[in-house]
Amino acid sequence: MSRKQKKMLVRILIAAALMIALNFVPVQGYVRFALYLVPYLIIGYDILIKAFKGIKNRQAFDESLLMAIATIGAIAIALVENGDYTEAIAVMLFYQVGEWFQSYAVGKSRRNISELMDIRPDYANIETDGKLEQVDPDEVEPGSEIVVQPGEKVPIDGIVTEGSSTLNTSALTGESIPREVETGDEILSGCINMTGVLRIRTTKEFGESTVSKILDLVENASSRKSKSEEFITKFARIYTPAVVYSAIALAVLPPLVRMFGVGLPAEWGTWIYRALTFLVISCPCALVISIPLSFFAGIGGASNAGVLIKGSNYMETLSQTKYVVFDKTGTLTKGVFEVNAVHHNEMAREKLLEYAALAESASSHPISKSLQRAYGKELDRSRVKDIKEISGNGVTALVDGIPVAAGNDKLMKKLGIEYIDCHHVGTIIHMAIDGKYAGHIVISDIEKPHAAEAVRELKASGVVKTVMLTGDIDRVARQVASSIGIDQVYSELLPEDKVAKVEELLAEKKEKEKLAFVGDGINDAPVLTRADIGIAMGAMGSDAAIEAADVVLMDDDPLKIAKAIRISRKCLRIVYENIWFAIGIKVICLILGAVGIANMWLAIFADVGVMIIAVLNAIRALFVKKL
Amino acid sequence: MKKTYKIDVDCANCANKMEQAAKDTAGVKNAVVNFMTLKMNVEFEEGQDAKTVMQEVRKNCKKVEDDCEIFL
Repeated sequence: MSRKQKKMLVRILIAAALMIALNFVPVQGYVRFALYLVPYLIIGYDILIKAFKGIKNRQAFDESLLMAIATIGAIAIALVENGDYTEAIAVMLFYQVGEWFQSYAVGKSRRNISELMDIRPDYANIETDGKLEQVDPDEVEPGSEIVVQPGEKVPIDGIVTEGSSTLNTSALTGESIPREVETGDEILSGCINMTGVLRIRTTKEFGESTVSKILDLVENASSRKSKSEEFITKFARIYTPAVVYSAIALAVLPPLVRMFGVGLPAEWGTWIYRALTFLVISCPCALVISIPLSFFAGIGGASNAGVLIKGSNYMETLSQTKYVVFDKTGTLTKGVFEVNAVHHNEMAREKLLEYAALAESASSHPISKSLQRAYGKELDRSRVKDIKEISGNGVTALVDGIPVAAGNDKLMKKLGIEYIDCHHVGTIIHMAIDGKYAGHIVISDIEKPHAAEAVRELKASGVVKTVMLTGDIDRVARQVASSIGIDQVYSELLPEDKVAKVEELLAEKKEKEKLAFVGDGINDAPVLTRADIGIAMGAMGSDAAIEAADVVLMDDDPLKIAKAIRISRKCLRIVYENIWFAIGIKVICLILGAVGIANMWLAIFADVGVMIIAVLNAIRALFVKKL
Repeated sequence: MKKTYKIDVDCANCANKMEQAAKDTAGVKNAVVNFMTLKMNVEFEEGQDAKTVMQEVRKNCKKVEDDCEIFL
């Protein structure tokens, strides 16, 4: 609680106590009026001052003025009619309670959300004369050496020069799987060092480092206002004056009509009382506070799950996504080559892989690397002799004294060995051991483990159509698409063709249905900007992607796309709930007030109660873990 | 030129009013008030001195919402 809030709480308690106590004091007339004025002024003096200043500055239509008119009016009625001042004080009291709660709740959620995003490192350790010194990360020049101890946050992007450790990247990616680093590895700021001491040579300034960029992005996100927020701002601007004028009309017109039109008694008191309830109901604060709060909480919750949404407007567009266009390589597939299958092998798969890995052990080609990875064990190079690389064909070698040939069909033809063609897509390595065909190994870019599930989940969360764009050959593209479950494929595209295709798709769909493009941010920046909403994935550390995209997925799991869409849907559902709920209740209460069913107490509920419920509902947008 | 200022204000509607007041100030091209992060982003027109313009912005904001503060 801030000092302001504490002071207000004391005023509320004193005024409430006095109001209740005065109920038991049997005085009448002006003494009673004077006594009741004490709690009224204690609770409402600042509102009266504000209302007065508002009139002076020609900013008449604000809540303070409404409250001032309503309560002074109620006191005036009480003075001439029944001496019931409690209502006026209660209105002011509850109004202040509402304001207090609002400021408390907003402050609290502001802190909650900033805690979620609390990845800002406070200091960097620099070693001088063998001692560690804590300095402001802003002062560390690129190229300096910093030390990060276990339990500390990595403050600045850099390269590890000494030490190895396990990193907790959950603040950046929302995933709790630890990541290993060792000397020579690139390291990103915002990760938490868990086990060993690391020395890091910084490669960037603090302001340019990943952690600063992310914080900057999230903090500024709610400044890009959505259509719903703009609607509320406009609505509030028209709504308050409209209610004030209707209140005046309600106070003046019916009595005049009764007097001169129908010949009944005017009943000024009743109509003025109804007009005053109008004023109490009129405050638009429930709307004005809860809508931005919902977006802010939604963006905060999403960033905690590793989904950075760059603005409330993008949150809104994301929730309307009906078409998802994917880039293939790096998005749905890993973009690295791996052993996918072993066919027609007589000997055990492991044994064949062992021969292949050993024969290729001298090569640094990506294919031989993937063979070594698939074998998975340490290679004993002394077992291999006589390695001959036949460029464009493959290798032959003696492994444990047995001649082994590994290569493409040309190599097999050259060696005069009969081979079996493969119908699979990818790079095929035929193996001949001791002059006999021993099967082939298929190496291809493999699908990400969650790719098919991600597409299913997108469909389940309301996406109508999925499209895949790729520069790869048609056969590969079709195979990947059918195994993942993509609806439509466009293959053999150059980067500029991808933009053209996305434009075609944009022209086909309806205005309300939004199109999202998902890429890895490498050479697809123009497409990311062209789509209704650009989603970059695996973007940790890629500046170009963070720049070009509207939504950034911190890790490269395609399942996060569906999650991002669900988060946005939930957030927007809460926004609409709040808009309908707040406006609905207010309109109902205004009608009830006009016909005289609603009294001041109901009016207070329409004002303060609705606001409290809307704020609590807005905070729900923060909870996205289970989506 | 764009600059960000910290602000203090109690209610969201007041923040909207401050935004409007800042936008209407001479020398300001655009202004966005973010009530949740309590920040005001001001984009100045070419050749305007940020300091003098911000004095005006602050004065105008005080006029629409007495209870606000811009930390210059």
